[in-house]
Amino acid sequence: MDAFEAIKVTFFQECDELLADLEAKLMLLEQGQTDLETINAVFRAVHSVKGGAGAFGLEALVRFAHVFETLMDELRSGRKPCDTITIKTLLRASDVLADHIQAAQGLIPQVDEGRSAALVAELEMLTHGGEAPPAVEDEDDDFGFMPMAFDMALDEPVAAPEPELEAVGWRIVFKPMGRMYANANETGLLLRELGRLGPTTVVLDDSETPTLDALSVEDGCLTWTVDLDAAVDEAALLEVFDFVESDCELAITPLGGASNMNAPFEDEPAAVLPASDDLDIAALLAKASGAVADPVPETIPFAAIEPEPAPAVATPAPTPVAAAPVAASASVAPAPVTIRVDLDRVDRLINVVGELVIQQAMLSQRVLESGLARSSGIALGLEDLELLTREIQDSVMAIRAQPVKSVFQRMPRLVREVADMVSKQVRLVTVGEDTEVDKTVVERLAEPITHMLRNAIDHGLETPDERIAAGKSAEGTVRLAALHRSGRIVIEISDDGRGINRERVKKIAIDKGLIAADAPLTDEQIDNLIFAPGFSTAAVVSDISGRGVGMDVVKRSIQALGGRISISSVPGKGSTFTLSLPLTLAVLDGMVVAAAEQTLIAPLPTIVESLTPQAADLHFVGGVDPVIRFRDRFLPLIDVALIMGFREQPMNPTDGVAVVVETEGGQQAALLFDAIQGQRQVVIKSLETNYQQVEGVAAATILGDGRVALILDVDVIVTDMRRKSIRPDFKLAS
Amino acid sequence: MTKTVLTIDDSRTMRDMLLMALEDAGYTVIQAVDGVDGLETLAARGADVIITDINMPRMDGFGVIEGVRADPNHRTTPVLVLTTESDVEKKARARAAGATGWIVKPFDPAKLVDAVRRVAA
Repeated sequence: MDAFEAIKVTFFQECDELLADLEAKLMLLEQGQTDLETINAVFRAVHSVKGGAGAFGLEALVRFAHVFETLMDELRSGRKPCDTITIKTLLRASDVLADHIQAAQGLIPQVDEGRSAALVAELEMLTHGGEAPPAVEDEDDDFGFMPMAFDMALDEPVAAPEPELEAVGWRIVFKPMGRMYANANETGLLLRELGRLGPTTVVLDDSETPTLDALSVEDGCLTWTVDLDAAVDEAALLEVFDFVESDCELAITPLGGASNMNAPFEDEPAAVLPASDDLDIAALLAKASGAVADPVPETIPFAAIEPEPAPAVATPAPTPVAAAPVAASASVAPAPVTIRVDLDRVDRLINVVGELVIQQAMLSQRVLESGLARSSGIALGLEDLELLTREIQDSVMAIRAQPVKSVFQRMPRLVREVADMVSKQVRLVTVGEDTEVDKTVVERLAEPITHMLRNAIDHGLETPDERIAAGKSAEGTVRLAALHRSGRIVIEISDDGRGINRERVKKIAIDKGLIAADAPLTDEQIDNLIFAPGFSTAAVVSDISGRGVGMDVVKRSIQALGGRISISSVPGKGSTFTLSLPLTLAVLDGMVVAAAEQTLIAPLPTIVESLTPQAADLHFVGGVDPVIRFRDRFLPLIDVALIMGFREQPMNPTDGVAVVVETEGGQQAALLFDAIQGQRQVVIKSLETNYQQVEGVAAATILGDGRVALILDVDVIVTDMRRKSIRPDFKLAS
Repeated sequence: MTKTVLTIDDSRTMRDMLLMALEDAGYTVIQAVDGVDGLETLAARGADVIITDINMPRMDGFGVIEGVRADPNHRTTPVLVLTTESDVEKKARARAAGATGWIVKPFDPAKLVDAVRRVAA
């Protein structure tokens, strides 16, 4: 990839950031924060997109950004009010701008031209206040750009301008004004530039130099006459004076021809002396101070312009303490200092740290087994090492942590589009965008959140008419929040809509055979029926069902991440979906258990409690399936070693330990193990990557003693595996 | 000795472009991401020429120019502003604030280097 292409990649990355920022700022505007800084920030984002797009000749993008930017300019100047209608249009414009960027990147084949044109018309309408925009876009037209050829081979010096046929040379007379110097332009540099065009003869007229006491920096007092002995284009001359033309008096005359400018100088310089000596500053100063009595204008030869003339004003060495006036608003944080690191490297580091944790645990165990006292130097040193190892692990995990902002920022557009589609008025409120979670988790959050937001708007919220009839505001609110709670990230999606229609849900569930017609269910259980597989079908998912998947699919994808999902609902007031996920997919808190010579890990979050089975609590459904009494309920008792094939015969439950677990679906069961060995954090090693997928096993880990332990997939064991594996010959031994 | 150009722009794309063009022409480039950062960088590291964008968060390009001109250590340092072609009003404001010259966006690298050379002592 050449440098230009690399910058283009940077540009599109930056576009993503700018779009995110744009969206965030537009949301603030929508929430009524229409202060100048917010409007300015929107302007800057669009302006930056346009600027970069111009450099890469992305014409369609530039054109759209320009129209957008022009309206923003009107808003920030206060010429147009930043009202609700305008903000709604800006929001839709930002969507189209995003489309244009995607199209420019080739991510989508093309922009919906009709939509884009409609937005352009809307933006222009708002810009021009209802009048048709000028037919010709010649006002303030900075998008009539020339796609530039970014040719890095620079021609040095400047290519010789086209020779003017009539002119054989030029006389340039110019008189700098004081402010030219104030802007750090220097006569010496201008003369140097003229010198690049051809041989020059320079004459200085210092006759206007006042005495020192009358000298003012505001006034120019030196007049320079430069004869350029080269047939260059006048444009080349004007370009030399481009930066200073309003800060000096300038007359350019073709040598041997009539002046084509209004020369402010009526008199020719008194004489032109051959260029030989350097400017005699001492003489000048002496004259300026009045020491030289002779008032006759004298010309001072000046030539051989050095490429590096001495600065006119001595510049002291810069000091770090030189405090420049800073108009920063205190509330704005400085841009964070970041480096970009290849994700592979981070993952490699995480892997190595995982190994380190395991190695450290093994070392600790061996030291313990060797019989060294806990107070021995080695044992104490190991304790410190353990703390450091944990710290390293946390720090490495933090590298992968990312704010959920990247996902949240995609949602406003979705909400707008779904709201339009179902003709509802929706306001999205986001909270906790800076909440951090492992990158892998962030990436997989988008889909379930998207689905649940759609669901909230489509099913949760009422139509404006219904809302008004219910005494609510026409506009519904959907709240998307992220927070940390007990080592997990919790995502809440709530709406202030109608809440779950329990009668209807129950009826559907009965019709679909999900529950018995007379099943006694709590409100909570009814609400959670919407997660049942087979509940959401086209009959339920209304007009936006074309893209809809059932809530059971959402639930599955959450569970795949080790997450949980639940719903609470109040009729007439709204519903809240709560999603809880582990902060990382790299480590896990687990309970270490033994099952027929094997060491297994039960994920701690799934465990409700553990108990020792008593014979009195055990029953057999149909004489076969064992169940255990647990708080007035009977739970299936699953002999894990048996169903995993670790042993042929079932064990006597009273010899083991029952661990009550709960699946993501809220289904409870008791898992029977030989013994509990302890609790620890383990590094997750994928079985699929290293071996293959095994039913009932989520992953593996390596224990302190070097043994491999399988991490149980509690959901699969409880819901899928128990039925097929329970042996009919099971009998209670006692 | 190579000359140092301080580029101040909130757009990473623009900073990269300036960097590429100026380094290719033999300049040393130091970068700042907004006006405040720009003046701080200037105070700490100095520069022979400053190129600044106008629209930036925290402090805009006009603020940069005024800051440079008010700083006894750097008031004679040339400041070029990045501006769009037609922005006559901005050009005038920049000049009034003390800008030495301007570079029109999108810029041609040769023109950019040309402008820097013209003001670099």
